[in-house]
This record gives sequence, structure tokens and C-alpha cells, in this order.
Amino acid sequence: MCAFRAQTEKRTGEARVSVTAMINHISHTFITVLDQDEALDFYVDKLGMEVRTDADLGAMRFLTVAVPGQPSPEIVLIRPGAPMHDDATEAQLRELVSKGALSTMIIATDDCRGDYERLKAAGVEFTQEPEDRFYGLDCGFRDPFGNPIRLTQPAEGPIVVPEPGTKI
Amino acid sequence: MSEKIEERNRRMLRARDRMDRSFAEPLDVDGLARVAHVSRAHFSRQFRATFGESPHRYLQRRRVERAMEFLRETDRSVTDVCFDVGFNSLGTFSRTFREIVGESPSDYRARFAGEAGAALRVPACFAMAWTRPAG
Repeated sequence: MCAFRAQTEKRTGEARVSVTAMINHISHTFITVLDQDEALDFYVDKLGMEVRTDADLGAMRFLTVAVPGQPSPEIVLIRPGAPMHDDATEAQLRELVSKGALSTMIIATDDCRGDYERLKAAGVEFTQEPEDRFYGLDCGFRDPFGNPIRLTQPAEGPIVVPEPGTKI
Repeated sequence: MSEKIEERNRRMLRARDRMDRSFAEPLDVDGLARVAHVSRAHFSRQFRATFGESPHRYLQRRRVERAMEFLRETDRSVTDVCFDVGFNSLGTFSRTFREIVGESPSDYRARFAGEAGAALRVPACFAMAWTRPAG
């Protein structure tokens, strides 16, 4: 048993080396939305992202947004449905989105409180006001469909992880 | 049909978000039903259909999860923690905590003395969602 584990760990270690040499960044990540026009209003007009690709492929619209000035990742605002999904799967995915149980992301900012005030004034549905954490200042909101999004202003300087048993 | 369920889910999610945010405040079915824009009579049934448990049970788990962190990470007394997380009777708090966690608040605190903190090392939203005791 122990010998088996040693061998497995050794193999995993070797695999990690080769994988690290190939992967360099995350180019695209996916948020499932229920309406792509409404998604554009939110992610571009409210959050301030920019459109990178908006391509009509007939049966589907390939729509990506990204943070201005940042080459990646592009966020693919994907709508579930045919031809990728059958009707029942589409309905399940749409239900999961509306329960806030499918897609999520964490966005970084230089000014969490400023963004909070700006977005709140724009009618964004916040689930949590900015709160101080050891890793920075953090708040949370939902996109129009229910997807939960966090907005974090990373702490300045090295992040100090609390020691076990730390009393706050 | 599907759109109707989505709209219902979205409204129930708003009520659940309210419980997440305002767990320390007195919350009642009337207020939560107003957040969800449904009648009091429909609210509990629709919430259960959406999330698989009653709103009362969800709120209990949310409050107990907050209490678990306060017991691990602060020096507040058990009585203070009880009121901090929205319970208004120590008896109800202790009984609910024991039923959900399997031990009393003070036994839980003693077990974690000096070795807690793992949940502090990950983003708070993640820790809160994933250390919440299961229904």
C-alpha cells in the first residue's frame, strides 16, 4: 500500500513538471447567462468590461467580454440551448443559473468601495457590502440572472494568513 | 414553463440572499415573502421546491454556521454568540446547534481550541458556503 502510494506520488510529480511546461495562461472562461443582450448591458455597460468577440454563428452567438487592457481571460457569455443542449438540459442549466448554482467568478479591483458605490447606484444587486478580510477588501453581487460574483481589492503588501487559533 | 421556474428561483434566491446577509436580525416569513414577492402562503412551499429545505431550516443552518466560526475564532461567550447570530433564546440556540452539529456549542469550541483557523485561509464567501453544516 505504502509502496503503491510512493509510486503514485512520484508519477504525479513527474506529470506536474511536463504540464507546467505547456500551460501558460487561462485564455477563456465561461459564464452561463440566460439572455446575451441583457448580459451585454450588465457586463459591459454596468461592470465596464469591453466586447472582444461578438460573432453570429447562426445557431449560436459567440460573445466574449474582457477587462479593458487585459488580454485574458476572455469571459464567454454563453447561453444554454440548441444545438449544444437538448431542451431538457437547457431547462436544467437555466434553472441552475437562476438558483445561483452554476457559474461564478472573482474579479479584482483597485477600489472596492468606489466600485461598490458606483455599481450600487447603477442598480446592481449586492449580496454583501465591502468587508475587510486578511486577503483584502471584498464584496459580492449577482448578475441579472443570479450568477454570484465577488469583487476583491487585494490587500497591499504580502498577505498574512492568520495563524491557527487566531482570535478576531 | 421553464421561464416561470427561473423567475421563481430568482425570487427565492433573493430571499435566501437576505437570510445570508441579515441572519443576525429578526427575520420572519412575512418579511422574506415580501422580498420574494410572493404571498406568505406560497413562500415556504416555493422555497422548499427551489432549495430542497424550508426557509426556517436554511436560516438555522446559516446562523449555526456563523456561530461555529464565532466560537472557533473569537473569545465571545456562548451567550453572546447566540445573540450575535440572531437567536433570541439560549435554549433554542443550544438545542439547534446540538441537533445540527452533533455537540454542544461549548464542546465544539473546546474541540477547536488552538487548532482552528483553516477556514480563515480561504476567501470568506467560500468558507461560509462550504463550512455550513449540511441539512
